Amino acid sequence: MTTATSDIPMVHADCVSKSFGSNEVLKSISLTVPRGEVLCLVGPSGSGKSTFLRCINHLERVNAGRLTVDGVLVGYEERGDKLYELKPKVAARQRRDIGMVFQRFNLFPHMTAIENIIEAPIRVKGIKKEAAVVRARELLARVGLAEKEDAYPAHLSGGQQQRVAIARALAMDPKLMLFDEPTSALDPELVGEVLDVMKNLAESGMTMIVVTHEMGFAREVADSLVFMDGGVVVESGDPAEVLSNPKHKRTQAFLSKVL
Amino acid sequence: MSQPDSGRSATQSTVLPNGAGAPAPIKAIRLRHPWRNVVAVILILMLALFIIDASQRDAYGWDNFAKYIFDKRISQAAGYTLLLTIYSMIIAIILGITLAVMRLSDNPVVKGVAWLYLWVFRGTPIYVQLVFWGLFATIYKTIDIGIPFTTPWLQFPTDFISVFWLAVIGLSLNEAAYMAEIVRAGILSVDKGQDEAATALGMSWIQTMRRVVIPQAMRIIIPPTGNEVISMLKTTSLVAAVPFSFDLYGRSRDISAVIFDPIPLLLVASAWYLAFTSILMVGQYFLEKRFSRGVGQARPEKKGTETGAIPVTTGIVVPPGAGGTDTTDKPGKEHR
Ligand SMILES: Nc1ncnc2c1ncn2[C@@H]1O[C@H](COP(=O)(O)OP(=O)(O)OP(=O)(O)O)[C@@H](O)[C@H]1O
Ligand SMILES: [Mg+2]
Repeated sequence: MTTATSDIPMVHADCVSKSFGSNEVLKSISLTVPRGEVLCLVGPSGSGKSTFLRCINHLERVNAGRLTVDGVLVGYEERGDKLYELKPKVAARQRRDIGMVFQRFNLFPHMTAIENIIEAPIRVKGIKKEAAVVRARELLARVGLAEKEDAYPAHLSGGQQQRVAIARALAMDPKLMLFDEPTSALDPELVGEVLDVMKNLAESGMTMIVVTHEMGFAREVADSLVFMDGGVVVESGDPAEVLSNPKHKRTQAFLSKVL
Repeated sequence: MSQPDSGRSATQSTVLPNGAGAPAPIKAIRLRHPWRNVVAVILILMLALFIIDASQRDAYGWDNFAKYIFDKRISQAAGYTLLLTIYSMIIAIILGITLAVMRLSDNPVVKGVAWLYLWVFRGTPIYVQLVFWGLFATIYKTIDIGIPFTTPWLQFPTDFISVFWLAVIGLSLNEAAYMAEIVRAGILSVDKGQDEAATALGMSWIQTMRRVVIPQAMRIIIPPTGNEVISMLKTTSLVAAVPFSFDLYGRSRDISAVIFDPIPLLLVASAWYLAFTSILMVGQYFLEKRFSRGVGQARPEKKGTETGAIPVTTGIVVPPGAGGTDTTDKPGKEHR
């Protein structure tokens, strides 16, 4: 850990729970992601990984517990001893500091790569178009797609689309990046190019939470690894340690399937 | 063909010398469809007979047709028909978008009001609605603005509203109900991930709608809207119910009542309607071509039920049910 321990953690979840109707998807999740660290979240399908990411971004509302990003409570405002739901405007302001990358890229198909990237900086942050374009070109170069700025998503490979999606999220200068299975929809030969971009991003000091099945990436890049199953954190710790020496039966069973 | 083996030599003898191994075109006797030809001949004969007969039949009154087809009153009436169509469609589209957004709202009351509107306006015949609008001034003598049950601040007498505008109101309020369904189907066809991505970037609901959802929904909204315009053009002939009689059909009827010869003027009106719908159909064809081109594979969107939110290309896995097929109505189909 490079940052001082007194620092406020970037993400702090304290007994976070979330239900859809009677279906309790997250059951008292507690975890901490210090500034500049990379946390990999693994677990079987339906264990609540996506839901947890979406809670951090306030795309879903937490039912119980406390979730803070950079010391600020997500989705609610605390006044006195009461919690108030945030107005949509305030929630949107929280979100723009958190980048999110989706399994299915979700690029805007009617916009070119560069238009995808400059859209939010211009509309949300009110940045001048010229400045946004300059910044977008830098980001495209950073993800290795400088020559693709005028391509529509449909004319890009999956790996290229995902790299544009990463650039789009970075254009908002987020302090935290969330990745929800960013390589799961990709052909195997395209996975590497996306993971390389993510690795560079991690090396540049970005705080990241990555839901992934790429255990090689977790072992190499992550500072910690959390294994979730059935809405609870079953096991967490140093990635190499958890991956080679899983203590819990469920972790062992899961890892034997994906490794 | 450097190594001719015995098995192949038999076929090779039929290959043309310049074919260089290319397969020879198949020369087979075409399958004959004798009945097809017979049916075609009969149909052509019947059509020819009908035309010859019609051209000589007195009842059609071709002299009167020729006299009135470019009559000034008729071309003015055609102008009114076009105006009715244009004004009604503009109002219907604006109101339709509003209703579609209301139906997609989370607020159950807003949703319910939109549903009620659709229920009433799609559940009653347009003709009956137009008659009601004609009686509007009888039902509501004034429109008052102010606090209910107190003296109104402003009072408008309703008999000032011309029958033309009553016709426009009647047509557009009915049409809005259909447009609402078309717009709703278009919005639902856009992948939820698009909304999510825009929201995650910090875009507001309005920004997401305007910049991300509506532009993509357009591909699905435009073709059935074209159909609605054509349909509206023909529906304007019902404004006699209001009663507004300066439109194409109303004017031809008035003229025919004076000259005691209804049939040629029906033909005059029909010819004008056909001319307009033909022009609109050509326009529709180009619009559809343009909007189905889009990005990715050109795929004409005939129904609003296609999920096709994101053009599917290499590497994108669109899970089943990614779009909104389940709740999507078929716009433009179930009609008055
Ligand atoms: N919007 C929703 N409404 C109702 N139930 C939901 C909703 N979103 C998720 N769920 C349920 O929550 C559970 C966890 O879903 P989640 O998507 O978080 O799992 P996951 O760990 O990301 O799985 P996967 O690896 O398949 O992506 C599932 O049982 C799912 O059915
Ligand atoms: Mg998931």
